[in-house]
Amino acid sequence: MGAAVLLVLFFTGLWAAIGIGGSIITPRGPQQKLTQCILMLTAGCCWLFWLCCYMAQMNPLIGPRLSKKVIQVMAQSWNMPITDG
Amino acid sequence: MGDMFRSEQMALCQMFIQPEAAYTSVSELGETGCVQFRDLNCTVNVFQRKFVTEVRRCDELERKIRYIETEIKKDGIALPDIQDDIPRAPNPREIIDLEAHLEKTETEMIELAQNEVNMKSNYLELTELRKVLENTQGFFSDQEVLNLDSSNRGAGVIDEATVQHRGRLGFVAGVINRERVFGFERMLWRISRGNVFLKRSDLDEPLNDPATGHPIYKTVFVAFFQGEQLKNRIKKVCTGFHASLYPCPSSHNEREEMVKNVRTRLEDLKLVLSQTEDHRSRVLATVSKNLPSWSIMVKKMKAIYHTLNLFNMDVTKKCLIGECWVPTKDLHIVQKALSDGSAAVGSTIPSFLNVIDTNEMPPTFNRTNKFTRGFQNLIDAYGIASYRECNPALYTCITFPFLFAVMFGDLGHGLILLLFGAWMVLSERKLGRIKNGGEIWNIFFGGRYIILLMGLFSCYTGFIYNDVFSKSMNLFGSNWVNNYNTSTVLANPSLQMPPRTSAKGVYPLGLDPIWQLADNKIIFLNSFKMKLSIIIGVLHMVFGVCMSVCNFVHFKRYSSIFLEFVPQILFLLLLFGYMVFMMFFKWFKYTAFTDSQPETPGCAPSVLIMFINMMLFKNTPPPSGCKEFMFDAQDGLQKTFVIIGLICVPWMLLGKPLYIKFTRRNTVAHVKHNGELTGNMELAEGETPLPTGSSGQEEGAGGAHGHEDEPMSEIYIHQAIHTIEYVLSTISHTASYLRLWALSLAHAQLSEVLWNMVLSLGLKMAPYTGAIALFVIFGAWCMFTLAILVMMEGLSAFLHTLRLHWVEFMSKFYEGLGYAFQPFSFKAIIDGEEEE
Repeated sequence: MGAAVLLVLFFTGLWAAIGIGGSIITPRGPQQKLTQCILMLTAGCCWLFWLCCYMAQMNPLIGPRLSKKVIQVMAQSWNMPITDG
Repeated sequence: MGDMFRSEQMALCQMFIQPEAAYTSVSELGETGCVQFRDLNCTVNVFQRKFVTEVRRCDELERKIRYIETEIKKDGIALPDIQDDIPRAPNPREIIDLEAHLEKTETEMIELAQNEVNMKSNYLELTELRKVLENTQGFFSDQEVLNLDSSNRGAGVIDEATVQHRGRLGFVAGVINRERVFGFERMLWRISRGNVFLKRSDLDEPLNDPATGHPIYKTVFVAFFQGEQLKNRIKKVCTGFHASLYPCPSSHNEREEMVKNVRTRLEDLKLVLSQTEDHRSRVLATVSKNLPSWSIMVKKMKAIYHTLNLFNMDVTKKCLIGECWVPTKDLHIVQKALSDGSAAVGSTIPSFLNVIDTNEMPPTFNRTNKFTRGFQNLIDAYGIASYRECNPALYTCITFPFLFAVMFGDLGHGLILLLFGAWMVLSERKLGRIKNGGEIWNIFFGGRYIILLMGLFSCYTGFIYNDVFSKSMNLFGSNWVNNYNTSTVLANPSLQMPPRTSAKGVYPLGLDPIWQLADNKIIFLNSFKMKLSIIIGVLHMVFGVCMSVCNFVHFKRYSSIFLEFVPQILFLLLLFGYMVFMMFFKWFKYTAFTDSQPETPGCAPSVLIMFINMMLFKNTPPPSGCKEFMFDAQDGLQKTFVIIGLICVPWMLLGKPLYIKFTRRNTVAHVKHNGELTGNMELAEGETPLPTGSSGQEEGAGGAHGHEDEPMSEIYIHQAIHTIEYVLSTISHTASYLRLWALSLAHAQLSEVLWNMVLSLGLKMAPYTGAIALFVIFGAWCMFTLAILVMMEGLSAFLHTLRLHWVEFMSKFYEGLGYAFQPFSFKAIIDGEEEE
């Protein structure tokens, strides 16, 4: 889980930049508050969604059950050779 | 705060307008469209109002315009479409011109129509005469037959007595409708006792009836008879059967001459008819250029007079008084309009606007642009917000598409929605001009920004769910590896990858693509999506409860913050917020990469069971080697939370009523006085009018909660209902958010079924025949995808998202007891009429 902290920080920072930074740099005008609200809500919702997906896979309690065919196809296409034996 | 955060501040104004300047001033106000007039003449009958004659005048003009429009449509001339250059309401001089024009055109049209009918009847008669002359050739022999026809009244030329002695046959010739021939023949037989001989021949082509224009089949007949009396009787029968009689000369030469004569006359008449038609078309064409703008001018005029009828005529002050609601931000626009109106007439006495204080609840006005209008409509469909209440539409702009996307999450389908929405938005100018698209098109076009955003968010959630038409994308390389050797793989039909050895990291953006290939995909996805739904749901509801604070602060009901908001939020957070915390904690704590037994996946408790045990103060013994609780202080903490939650319930139940009881006792010598304020004012439920205008208004608006008159029992009952509703809703609404999981699962499964059972068939076939079959199958797959997955699932997810907003979110803070602001606006009137 070590290298993953960087990733979490990266995405948190990204959405924070969009939400908070974007809100700061919106130009003044009749729609300023609306735009700020939209940016912050979007950033919040999208970050939360990504976070839940990430954290659900962080410590998986079960693993995928793959059929024989799939394992063999994976070995070829995804470069996951099966060890001999 | 921002524009859409709450509805705009409204002011009740009185306007004093000079009668001369009234028409132009109201015209200017109609162009600006920011004023809602109140009817000051409710008690007066519609027919007794001041400007009734002018309204009648407008009705008359409209009638004339409608008549001319029908004539134009009959001729098939197209009316030009005015989009950009909408004319203003006509001033009195233009009205007179307009009336004269329309009068002239109408009389001309009526005259032309009448002439045309006359000419067509003439034409018909001549045609029939010609047919009679042509068809009766065969009836006559070479012998001369005495002509006893009615047209030949040559007195003295023929001696009737001589004819009778000679016993020659007389005849009448004419034309009759084909349907009536048999009745006619029978009748003739009866009246003449068989002494009439009828010869007939059918006309091949039908002739057009001049009045209606319908083609009618006719028959030429000649009736031979003997005697004067019989002639009269026959003529009466002919009149009865609407047969037209024509003079037919007996001698062959005369007939020939007559035929030639008739032919020339027919040619002349045809020429005249065509010239009349041309003239009519020209008149209509000239009128059609101006007709749409005239029509709009008359509509505006009528609207102005209807509005003027709402004004009160103050006889002593010699001016018209009107009352209206105006958004405070637009007051300067209204002032300018009034001064423009006075200036246009050249009046020296200016009209003025006077803001008055009132405790009535003003209308709710949310200023929207083309983007926010769709979302505001969604919220208004549930109920118009109370005056100056927090407007949920601001947040709906993003939460609605987001919740839709959680249920719809598929990159492929999201892309389809996105493209559809983008097309409508990018060509909205052109598409906005389509008038007869139909109800369904109007709905889709009106919601184009909603669809665009829904598509955008669906693409994002589809990307995270890693679902493109039920297939996953492997962008970053799967983080699961297979550690079994060849013999194990070949020996077992399926193998489970243990997380401890096979999980080599976390897929950075979204769901690992290996799950799409796994047999037990649904087990993993269920756990993930259910937790996600509850997390999103609890956060959405907490947000809703917090919105009520904004309302309490604005309406200065600070006591409610402590008596209502605090117990509500504590109840929600301590119980369901704690459940959300447990979910996150479980994701962190139980891992396959640890060596301590209680933290291995086998020991991970179910969050739901833990929650139920917490509420019921129960304990279930854990399996061996595992601990019951996730962290050490959990037991004590849970018990504290439940006890505080239980305390919140009587707090909610009794807090507010007891507070009201105490405050009432303290203000027992309360003088209720009706303030002598100007204009029309009503006090709401005995609330005292406050000195400042705006806060008085808003207190009045929050006066729906003014409890001065309500008996205590009512208040207790109300509060009991609120409390029970809230407590039960925390559970039921939290569970309701699980529909986010349910619809997402259904969508994914439908998509997979469609792929496996439709498209795969084509992909798995032999090469050459398979290509053709794939072509057809792909078409079927596309059709099913669009019809079932995009349209049906899209509509379904839309509906469920709407329900989540209306019920689960808005019931936490929304009152929705307002009425909409309907300004007097020409644009709205003309657009509304065009829709009909």
